[in-house]
Amino acid sequence: MNIDIFLQQLVNGASLGSMYALIAIGYTMVYGVLRLINFAHGDIMMVGAFLTFFATSAGMPFEVAVLIGIVGSAIIGILTDKIAYKPLREAPKISLLITAIGISFFLENLFTVLFGSTPKAFKAPEYLTKIFHLGNIYLPISVIIIPTVTLLILAIVLWILYKTKYGMAIRALAFDIQTVKLMGIDADKIIMIVFIIGSALAAIGGVFYAVSYPSIDPLMGIIVGLKAFAAAVLGGIGSVGGAVVGGFILGFTEIFVVAMFPELGGYKDAFAFFFLILVLLFKPTGIMGQDLERGRF
Amino acid sequence: MKKIVRNIVLIIATLLFILYAQKNFDSYTLSILNNIGIFAILALSYNLINGVAGQFSLEPNGFVAIGAYFTAILLIPAETKVDMFALVDPAPIILQMKAQFLPAIVIGGIAASLVALLLSFPVFRVRGDYLAIVTLGFGFIIRIFAINNPAYTNGAMGLNDIPSNANFIWIGSIALITFIVMIHIIYSKFGRAMKSVRDDEDAATAMGINTFKMKTYAFMTSAFFEGLGGGLLASMLTTITPDQFSFLLTFQLLIIIVLGGLGSMSGALIATILVMGGMEWLRFLDDNIVLFGKDFGAHPGTRMVVFSIILIIMMLFARRGILGDKELFDYFKKKSK
Repeated sequence: MNIDIFLQQLVNGASLGSMYALIAIGYTMVYGVLRLINFAHGDIMMVGAFLTFFATSAGMPFEVAVLIGIVGSAIIGILTDKIAYKPLREAPKISLLITAIGISFFLENLFTVLFGSTPKAFKAPEYLTKIFHLGNIYLPISVIIIPTVTLLILAIVLWILYKTKYGMAIRALAFDIQTVKLMGIDADKIIMIVFIIGSALAAIGGVFYAVSYPSIDPLMGIIVGLKAFAAAVLGGIGSVGGAVVGGFILGFTEIFVVAMFPELGGYKDAFAFFFLILVLLFKPTGIMGQDLERGRF
Repeated sequence: MKKIVRNIVLIIATLLFILYAQKNFDSYTLSILNNIGIFAILALSYNLINGVAGQFSLEPNGFVAIGAYFTAILLIPAETKVDMFALVDPAPIILQMKAQFLPAIVIGGIAASLVALLLSFPVFRVRGDYLAIVTLGFGFIIRIFAINNPAYTNGAMGLNDIPSNANFIWIGSIALITFIVMIHIIYSKFGRAMKSVRDDEDAATAMGINTFKMKTYAFMTSAFFEGLGGGLLASMLTTITPDQFSFLLTFQLLIIIVLGGLGSMSGALIATILVMGGMEWLRFLDDNIVLFGKDFGAHPGTRMVVFSIILIIMMLFARRGILGDKELFDYFKKKSK
């Protein structure tokens, strides 16, 4: 592998990793406050991509369409929480998990019924798909823009988490939900904010997915969502930084292993889980995580 | 003594029903009963690891796939295999593997069980949600392995022309055996040890229970019956592809055991009938929908939309499942007191 191809793959890996990272942040934040594997998260990403697709098809400019996708996904995220998770706050965790799966089935099949299961071609604006070249490297601009935007978003999320009152409340909620309620904080409102942030990021991830593989279908969220969740666990669930690290590790591995050993291409979707099992064997809480299982810290 | 007589009468009655059904029911009813029987086997055994031992694992699709593939490879005659493997020639060992129906499904079960033994060493190092994601990953890896090793599994095209030996007599009686075995395990010292691991692992360790061993027993037993069920499934459908063993299968089983009440075997049985019967009954939704005299055309998937709404509503209002963690006859016991 010469240096040109290496650089090219590096950029591709960063682009793919960004997408996983954005989705993984939503998983990890919801897990942090509710201790719930939000199985519907991958489908919220799908909803974001579809809403953006419909908005662009209706003739809106791409930026407005993305905004519509983000807002729409955030609303779906809030509704999911209010309808399926909030009534079960005190119920056994597994009930919550089943309703999450229910929401996931519901969104996948609703979109299949309404819009058909055939993949739809996603038209990205020209400034994202234009090919530029640096020496011998040829790349669409999107692979540069996607990681940049992701790092920007990560900075914003970290700022919210560590520099604002709401962020402090979110971290406190992850620590101990009962005490936080006793301190007079509206836990449901904070959980709603978590769902807004998570769903918005998932929608952005969905748009990035749609731009990179220019087609979308109602089932696209399943595998990407599971892999992003594996990335979140890999990085240490509950930690936003860990989710990003896990996402990027996963992105780079998928790109590089396939580039170096093309015969392993068919196993691409399994890397996330191979990796996960290996990491959990030696560090059962993931790379940057604390043990959330046994009590709240 | 009275109890033993009652149990024997119940078992004989069930067997008579199975024989009667196989002889007199039409093939459509039988296919639904077969489906219910196989899912009952899978749900009952999944309930052992998930409900009784409390290890939140999401692996059954992997074990079902192992059982199904072993059974299929053992049952299909060598000549058929040569014709069927279109991508690459089958590996020599695949051609040599051959067995009768009963040994074939039992070998499928044993294979799944051995894989469970190997898997238990890494998997039970972690708990709770970590366990869930690792086992989910295992199911995923099995499926991808099946797709990428065409010399053994014929890749994504799967295996077809599997001899159709599984009739309702086989499926029904194996489901019955599974139920009896599971009930016996629950009320044995192993079952109590498994429940103690579920309720408080640290306390169980303190009481001198080897929790790793208990989890592994539960896991292997569960895997054995899932493999068996997988073999029956392969023989009933006569065609298997890797995509049948996606986590949709696991989720279906999870829904069944949670709906029936985690840890309750009779609950799992009732929930299997409700869910599988319900899915069949809702099938009309996928046909042409005529509302107020207007034809809306067919929308495949409507059934699953309605099914998921029903599922969410049921979960919101019946949180502990239909029977909680008790058995059906525990409720009768209470009344007689």
